[in-house]
Amino acid sequence: MDKKNAKGWLYVLPALLFLGAFLVYPLVDVLIYSVEEGFNFASQTYSGVGGYNYAYVLRDPYFIQAIKNTFILVAVTVPVSTGLALLISVGLSSISKLRELYQTVFFLPYVTNTLAVGLVFMILFKSTPYTDGLANLVLIWFGIAPVDFIDGPYWAKMTVLCLYTVWVVMPFKILILTSALASVNRDYYNAARIDGTSSLRIFTRITLPMISPSLVYLIITGFIGAFKAYSDAVALFGTNLNAAGMNTIVGYVYDMLYGSSGGYPSYASAAAVILFAIVLTITCANLLISRRHVQYLS
Amino acid sequence: MKVTLEHLTKTFPARGKKGREVTAVNDFTFEIPDGQLVGLLGPSGCGKSTTLHLLCGLQMPTAGRIYFGDEDVTQLPAEKRGVGMVFQNYALYPHLTVLQNILFPLQNLKGADKLSKEEMNRRANEAAGLVQIGELMERKPGELSGGQQQRVAIARALVKMPRILLMDEPLSNLDARLRLQTREEIRRIQKETGITTVFVTHDQEEAMSISDRIVVMKEGLIQQIGRPQEVYDDPANQFVAQFLGNPPINLFSGRIRGGKLLIGEEAVLEAGALPDREVSVGIRPEGFVPDPQGPFTCALSGVEVMGREVSMVCTHQAAAAPTVRAIVGADQVEAKAASVRFRLKPEKVFLFDRETGERIYG
Repeated sequence: MDKKNAKGWLYVLPALLFLGAFLVYPLVDVLIYSVEEGFNFASQTYSGVGGYNYAYVLRDPYFIQAIKNTFILVAVTVPVSTGLALLISVGLSSISKLRELYQTVFFLPYVTNTLAVGLVFMILFKSTPYTDGLANLVLIWFGIAPVDFIDGPYWAKMTVLCLYTVWVVMPFKILILTSALASVNRDYYNAARIDGTSSLRIFTRITLPMISPSLVYLIITGFIGAFKAYSDAVALFGTNLNAAGMNTIVGYVYDMLYGSSGGYPSYASAAAVILFAIVLTITCANLLISRRHVQYLS
Repeated sequence: MKVTLEHLTKTFPARGKKGREVTAVNDFTFEIPDGQLVGLLGPSGCGKSTTLHLLCGLQMPTAGRIYFGDEDVTQLPAEKRGVGMVFQNYALYPHLTVLQNILFPLQNLKGADKLSKEEMNRRANEAAGLVQIGELMERKPGELSGGQQQRVAIARALVKMPRILLMDEPLSNLDARLRLQTREEIRRIQKETGITTVFVTHDQEEAMSISDRIVVMKEGLIQQIGRPQEVYDDPANQFVAQFLGNPPINLFSGRIRGGKLLIGEEAVLEAGALPDREVSVGIRPEGFVPDPQGPFTCALSGVEVMGREVSMVCTHQAAAAPTVRAIVGADQVEAKAASVRFRLKPEKVFLFDRETGERIYG
């Protein structure tokens, strides 16, 4: 290694050390934990190496429930939040009056504390001895029987969780999309107008391709974020998510480590590796699809 | 298609507390004969781009009317006017190929105007052939040079057979050599298609070289309309005289005394029947003829060789600019002299009012 090379390594050393200690080592450790069978945390011993941890986790009904919940959450919230954000951004960029006001309003959830938002949703949806919650009041007003959204049937709880997630993730998407829309050169729209292009065609053939890099970014990070959901469910349904039937994969990992039934780092690691495999697969699929359709322009 | 503008005015409302109303286009009346190429020429902020936007319908006039032929299009939205426009930055859709870009306007046609796929392709190829980009059809705009992008933009504007063609600073993004080439190209395409064309430029040379007519504008007002040579030879005022010509016209403060035009103390020309008054004198660089017996003396500070001709850089105390430039034949120069005497060509000398800049005819 010549001198110049050594100097270069010296410069990247701090970053390498940091990444190694806090990123690479834990990752490798999780993989090792996940294959150590009968691991005892106190004595740091294990009885053998194999796939038992995975087999256990995949047979655990709580994990199956967590996977189901997470997939529903991802499948509903990513398209809905991205679609709504696109709609709102296009609306925002085509008005001139009160635009800043609306932008601020739409951005507020982003700077609001998750638990505070959870409280607000409780007030909206929770039934107490005194009130059925605002949502139920509206339902009753329309002559529909009230539903317990927090402790009631599964679909009601899932609806609230999805609503909550969409509401929390949308501001960031609106922010990204409004700036993407604003950066499209007006001359493209002028040229299209002079050529008699309909608004729909302008949107699908010009606007969408022009903002497609931002859209793909939002969809990929949206998928990853939704797969990692945990705090949203806690904010709504409390810490005992397994009992509520609303646990997520990350919630399951946490419970296996620290929850009341916890203390099983091997199972937690196996679940985490499974989550990693799912996210990796979906992100790769996303990138493959988008590469065919997205315009990255110099 | 003949284009007529009648008292066309565009006023932009005041912005902010200190802002004031801006009249970008002020009472324009002129007619563009069918099949002509007209250049709107003026410094930036003179309203030439606004005029173009009014013509294509991207902006609506505050007052006045626009006619294409006999049809009043003043209130017609941009998409119904049937104009083709070439933008300064070309505005080619970067995610579409050249062919898709050229097809784009055709695919917008609806109802009875709708074309078959074969017809669309035929017309796109025809337009591409006209601007000689036939072999680039599958490329993306990002893979083309500036000149090629320019041609694609022209093809896209022409493919729908517009009633008029508008160009906004079509050459400003090209380098000098390509600019010369492309302007001849634009001239050729315009001649071949016979489409009435309006283009906007701040470059007087560009406007003069290809226009049938130029419209010189300043601060929203038309200064002069005419054939390029006419406007150059017979400017209506000091602004037009200064704006056209490179090197620019030389200005001196002078006066008329007893039928003679005086610059400094030298009587340089006969002034005919003009009464005694103060004037501003404009002399084109080619209006100077070196002559040992000439009446006009300048201090010579240098000679710039341009090949066929030379530019004599002089100074004169009555001149408005620090240097006076005379373009003379290369064989007429004595570079070592400290001063030089000139005879003036009367047709290259213009008199203007000192205050208003209006032309004084003598």
